[in-house]
Amino acid sequence: MKNPLDSLWGTIISGLILTLILHNVVRYALGG
Amino acid sequence: MDWVPAISRWIHFMAGVMWIGLLYYFNFVNVAAAKAAAADGTGAGITKHVVPRALFYFRWGAVLTWLAGAALLGANFGNAFLLHKSHLPIGIGAWLGTIMLFNVWVLIWPNQKKILGIVQATDEQKNKARRTAFLASRTNTMLSIPLLYFMAAGGHSAQFFG
Repeated sequence: MKNPLDSLWGTIISGLILTLILHNVVRYALGG
Repeated sequence: MDWVPAISRWIHFMAGVMWIGLLYYFNFVNVAAAKAAAADGTGAGITKHVVPRALFYFRWGAVLTWLAGAALLGANFGNAFLLHKSHLPIGIGAWLGTIMLFNVWVLIWPNQKKILGIVQATDEQKNKARRTAFLASRTNTMLSIPLLYFMAAGGHSAQFFG
């Protein structure tokens, strides 16, 4: 499997997915 | 006016623009430019004159951003880094920024010194250094996306997580 960080789009999409995951973790922790 | 947090916030923004701006320059411009320049034999100028200067402001911008961020957190430094509920969004941002600072000084800069010939390295070591520095730089680009999200969310929890 190709490393997503080898391409700019892979890097950006990985960052967006990580943001979505962390957003949901924080929202859950804050009881929102 | 509360001088310390106000000035710290200002410096945090300016140094952050310097740091992340150069990070984006490396990733969005320089990687492709260096590859194209190497292909037509014009890469020496970039390596000799551009990259060392950009790396200087990049790595010290990272330090200044982190220090100004720590000063801005002030008495809430512990609450942020311990991910206390009251400072959870900015705590996530602070941890991401800290990981990125680590990547700059432990993975990117020591390997760039080998690539640029500031320290001695064999061709094999240079190739390995190139890959490590590249992946650390790309990791920081990826982490900058949630980092900026949580910086924006700090102090606006209701808007972002309500």
